Amino acid sequence: MSEFFRMRDIVKQYQMGDELQTVLKGISLDIQSGEFISILGPSGSGKSTLMNIIGCLDVPTSGEYILRGRAIADLSPKQLAEIRSREVGFIFQSFQLLPRVNAMRNVELPLVYAGVPARERSKRAEAMLERVGLEDKLYHYPNQLSGGQQQRVAIARAIVTQPTLLLADEPTGALDQANGKAVLGLFKELNEEGHTIIMITHDLNNARQASRVVNILDGLLLEEAV
Amino acid sequence: MGISSLYMLRENISMSLSNIINNRLRAFLTTLGIMIGVTAIIALITIVQSVTTEMTEQFTALGASNVNINASGTALKRGLNPSDMQTLLNIENVAGISPNISLTLTVATETGWEEEATVEGRNEHYFASENVVERGRAINPIDTESINRVCLIDKTLMKSLFYGIDPLGKQISISGISHTVIGVLASSNMDLMRQAQGGRDNGRIIVPYTDAMKLSGTQNITSMVVYLKDSSLAEETIKKLEHALDTAFNFKENSYFVFNMQSLVDTMNTVLDMMTALLAGIASISLVVGGIGIMNMMLVSVTERTSEIGLRKALGAQPKHIQGQFLIESFILSVIGGIIGAFLGVGLSALFCNIMDAKFTISWSAISLGVFFSAAVGIVFGWAPARRASNLNPIDALRSM
Ligand SMILES: Nc1ncnc2c1ncn2[C@@H]1O[C@H](COP(=O)(O)OP(=O)(O)O)[C@@H](O)[C@H]1O
Ligand SMILES: [Mg+2]
Repeated sequence: MSEFFRMRDIVKQYQMGDELQTVLKGISLDIQSGEFISILGPSGSGKSTLMNIIGCLDVPTSGEYILRGRAIADLSPKQLAEIRSREVGFIFQSFQLLPRVNAMRNVELPLVYAGVPARERSKRAEAMLERVGLEDKLYHYPNQLSGGQQQRVAIARAIVTQPTLLLADEPTGALDQANGKAVLGLFKELNEEGHTIIMITHDLNNARQASRVVNILDGLLLEEAV
Repeated sequence: MGISSLYMLRENISMSLSNIINNRLRAFLTTLGIMIGVTAIIALITIVQSVTTEMTEQFTALGASNVNINASGTALKRGLNPSDMQTLLNIENVAGISPNISLTLTVATETGWEEEATVEGRNEHYFASENVVERGRAINPIDTESINRVCLIDKTLMKSLFYGIDPLGKQISISGISHTVIGVLASSNMDLMRQAQGGRDNGRIIVPYTDAMKLSGTQNITSMVVYLKDSSLAEETIKKLEHALDTAFNFKENSYFVFNMQSLVDTMNTVLDMMTALLAGIASISLVVGGIGIMNMMLVSVTERTSEIGLRKALGAQPKHIQGQFLIESFILSVIGGIIGAFLGVGLSALFCNIMDAKFTISWSAISLGVFFSAAVGIVFGWAPARRASNLNPIDALRSM
């Protein structure tokens, strides 16, 4: 297995008024291609902050982050956007679908920014919605779908660009057990198909579905053997 | 621009349209400023142009084919003599020249008199160009040549001197010299003007100009009307007339004055053009105000859609994509306002022209000006909000949910 990314002493600080708050206090983490890992930690421990840095949505205050051989610190906003477009698929706790467009259009959105022609876009979006079991809900609007269905639309949207990395921030947090299970099953399948997956959760049972679990507590990492 | 930018453009247009449709009322209120501005610009320009056309036509009808010459002359030569007149008459495009001699004299018949009647000296060219004879005949070349003692009188004199009698063939004494009445003049606008100015209308009488020169004791003609064959060539003909007059008066300055209705019309057009520019300038201030309205709405929209912007960035949108989306939205908003404004402006000016009984012509230049300016306003005032949206930190944007 080849190295997917390497993090060394990542620190993230936020200025809150006069106070400087250190959210990540020196995180080092290596991920191999094709891994499925869970990041487990209580609320406020810095999970989302770490995920945003991994997904190039945010840059660390200090430390080294090398994603597929590229040092992220040197990149411009445009280059970061290109990496997000090509390499990363995000899945959020609250689904984050655009409410005014249907499932197809939601799934097509990343392809728009990747510069894929319209006809190709709808073909691929349809295939992805089929892949997550929503072939009969293509033209439904988010408010016409259940939470589990919305999250599956969001997963279809995350994988439609064929990203190398799937980043899921508490993807089952807003779902009931059955739907949560279905989502986790989907992740396992995607991982078997070769996607590298990082799933953030505060639920130990969910975390155990991954092949590797990393604990985060108050901005620091502890590796845990499964 | 690559092919993917084109997809992006199409995508941005459809996203902007759906966003505008979802916020119909707000979008309408926002573009109201632009609408009013464009309406005002188009209506003002069209109305002023229609009025100009109308006024030009009326002035031209009043006599663009006439050139008035006032030749007071020099100390040595007071006015033009008959041979100068012949020179002017031979100039190309000149249809005829009628001297313009106006005297105030006493006229009398056996039964009555008028002490301050206007006596005008004219020739056949005057009657050829102006339709003034109601009854009887006009003055002909023989009358002027042989200084025939004949005259035409107007309705006022007909009433005061020949009440109840047919004046044709009757005798009338002008400054004690007996004349035969050969015609009656039709009432004209000039009569009305005289009445309006002087209050009392003492009547008007036309005699051969050679007779009038005798009556006043002058040898020279100081005022005349030149009738043109083709009024569109007025400018060139006036140049030739001026040259002939210069020669007649030995190139002495201020010895004559040439006046043509066409030059008045030209001057008027210049003034109206300036007025149009000024009015359009004032109206475009409301376009700027409209642009500020658009900027305001776009800034609110950026704030409201912070989380949407964050999500789009997470899905791979580059700053330029976000900027394009918002810029196109303000552009479309503004152009829609401009197009509606163009319709309103055209409608308003059509209505105005209808009420004012002026001829209405659609001014395409005003319409394109209005629409072009609204598009420019959309881009200029949409720039800052679009820029702000594109620079939003995606994390702050996502966290605001
Ligand atoms: N943009 C930010 N500005 C200020 N503080 C922030 C920001 N993002 C996160 N934080 C703070 O960092 C801490 C960790 O947040 P987060 O990474 O969201 O935790 P988790 O996802 O584990 O619940 C929290 O105390 C939060 O208030
Ligand atoms: Mg979180």
